[in-house]
Amino acid sequence: MLGGRYSVSGRSQKYTEAPIKVLLAKPAIDGHDRGIFVLAKAFRDAGMDVIYAGLLPTPEEVVDTAINEDVDVIALSLLNGAHMTAFRNVMEILKKRGVQDIAVVGGGIIPDEDKPALEKMGITGNFGPGTPLNVIIDHIKTRAREIRKMRENEY
Amino acid sequence: MDNFWDIKAKEIMQSFSEDKNYEKWKEAVLNPWNKKTGYKDKTRENSSSMPVKELYTAGDLPRDAAERIGYPGEYPFTRGIYPNMYRGRNWTMRMFSGFGTPDDTNKRLKYLIENGETGLSIAFDMPTLYGYDCDSKRAEGEVGKCGVNVSSLHDMERIFDGIDLSKVSTSMTINAPAAILTAMYFVLAEKKGIPLEKISGTVQADILKEYIAQKEWMYPPEAHLRLIRDMLVYSTEHVPKWNYISVSGYHIREAGSSAVQELAFTLADGFYYIEMGINAGLDVDDFAPRTSFFFNSSINFFEEIAKFRAARRIWATVLKEKYNAKNPKSMALKFHTQTSGYTLTWQQPLNNIVRTTIEAMAAVLGGTQSLHTNSYDEAWALPTDDAVKVALRTQQILAEETGITDVIDPLGGSYYLERLTCEMEIEAYKYFSEIEKMGGILNAVKSGYLQKEIADTSYKKQLKIEREEDIIVGVNKYVDRDEKPINTLKITDVAEKGQISSLENVKKNRDESKVSRSLEELHKAMEDDRVNLMPYIMECVRNYCTLEEISNVGREIFGEWKEPKIY
Repeated sequence: MLGGRYSVSGRSQKYTEAPIKVLLAKPAIDGHDRGIFVLAKAFRDAGMDVIYAGLLPTPEEVVDTAINEDVDVIALSLLNGAHMTAFRNVMEILKKRGVQDIAVVGGGIIPDEDKPALEKMGITGNFGPGTPLNVIIDHIKTRAREIRKMRENEY
Repeated sequence: MDNFWDIKAKEIMQSFSEDKNYEKWKEAVLNPWNKKTGYKDKTRENSSSMPVKELYTAGDLPRDAAERIGYPGEYPFTRGIYPNMYRGRNWTMRMFSGFGTPDDTNKRLKYLIENGETGLSIAFDMPTLYGYDCDSKRAEGEVGKCGVNVSSLHDMERIFDGIDLSKVSTSMTINAPAAILTAMYFVLAEKKGIPLEKISGTVQADILKEYIAQKEWMYPPEAHLRLIRDMLVYSTEHVPKWNYISVSGYHIREAGSSAVQELAFTLADGFYYIEMGINAGLDVDDFAPRTSFFFNSSINFFEEIAKFRAARRIWATVLKEKYNAKNPKSMALKFHTQTSGYTLTWQQPLNNIVRTTIEAMAAVLGGTQSLHTNSYDEAWALPTDDAVKVALRTQQILAEETGITDVIDPLGGSYYLERLTCEMEIEAYKYFSEIEKMGGILNAVKSGYLQKEIADTSYKKQLKIEREEDIIVGVNKYVDRDEKPINTLKITDVAEKGQISSLENVKKNRDESKVSRSLEELHKAMEDDRVNLMPYIMECVRNYCTLEEISNVGREIFGEWKEPKIY
């Protein structure tokens, strides 16, 4: 199911030491990229291995990259109001591909009333403007830890 | 060897002198006072990382200050481009508006006109900005969210229903598909029986800043630049009151640049368009007067005012000395301003009214020709009617209650402001020189140099906020534990569904043979770089070809664009 991603021997023992690998992506047609570059640099400075999906990826492309790059966390950001559609598409494609061991966190201009629905899809965080970087970083670390624990138990 | 820019920078630097009395005062009065009161002074900087002194004196003015500052309505236009500025006429109050369906937006425009707005400014949604129709797979969930959706001429007809295009000037924030939307506006005027000489307005169209900052494009840079050239040439010949381009720093700033970077990168883009017009065989004085600008007004009050004044002086100097303009109108930089969206906070949103007021005042004291004031709820969503009204009233209060419009350039002559204006000029000239050494602005854009500069500045700024060196009230100081939700504008999926069925109708009722013929003719015309595409695009629009159908012809010929990696 996981496409042999963890077949490298001894890999699972190293989970806890390897840097957290995070994919940053804006899965729609949204050019507001100031925030995502700030996050990329902040995550890097916090010791993470960061991949940026580039502009205008489709949800399919985001999921492909996440799987190919073997990330712990996908961090989605949109400022254009399309999060309910685009974030859901990402989650559905992950599900279709049977991926359960990648955490998905969200952020952007997300109205409070949308947050419960996003949480229900499995997207956590859903940070708004003005959130301190360390709050976001801590959350990513927590989610990555959970994911790695889950993987260890699986293998 | 020094290039033109190095020489200009040196001229200003060499015009400064020293103020011995200031040094004496520091020794004798300030330093002892600081010592006595236990105040430890440290360097303070503005957004452009320029150190700011505690006091400015006569010695900070350039020796030739009188000539450099000049008079309003006269070269080098430091004090404003019109002789009587706001005594003669207030700036145009132009609120950037657009959401949902064309009918929703039409209602909002009429609401603003009723409330005293004096110019229109249309915001388009993401699919429109990227050249996709509302029924495209890529448009899913985005129709009408960030602006109004336009998929064909029919939508433009609805936006401007009941609005007299000969009486109102319209600004359209449209970049990648600017030629198509411009064509739609021209055809709309034609259908309403208004001659093209009578319509006035501005399209943003500045594609260079898209690659630098706003990141909304369809094709590689050269293809878009050709379309801009065609608009420039067509408008110069047929639509004399049309500003075919608004060279925009707003987005460069919002993407994270400093004030100086905004100033320098924007003007560098502007010079490129001037050279493009000259290379297309036009006389600089035939088209330069219709070049306009669009700047950000952020929260560091004096820095912003200095930026606007420096922009005017640089433009005048360069147009005259480098591009040999003779007509003063070519040298007069006219600009629209929008208050900074970035400075709006989600926390304690009412504070945003105060921020917007200060930023709007900087724009007015900087001599803007038109102004958009942000609404206090815009860190949450697109603004409600009530929030927009407060924003518009802010401008009306500035114009009609405060008296700041009574005197032209009332801050002119301020030691601090004049010095800062000069220093911003110097820093901008340094950037122009660097860009020239990189082989020009197009190379600087394609290599990602400018994008990287902006991302670096933005990250530094964010770290200062995190360390609480830069204070944002309500965000990292004076924080409220409980933020109460405010009422916001909701755009539901009804807009998307409505637009899709409306587009279906348009397609049912049009003459398909005319559609395919005009698209084929556009295709042929695009293959020859010498052909002006405007008449061909207008013909497509007349036949109700959709935005995406027209855009796709370009996609076939020019291909798409992937940005340089900067991270």
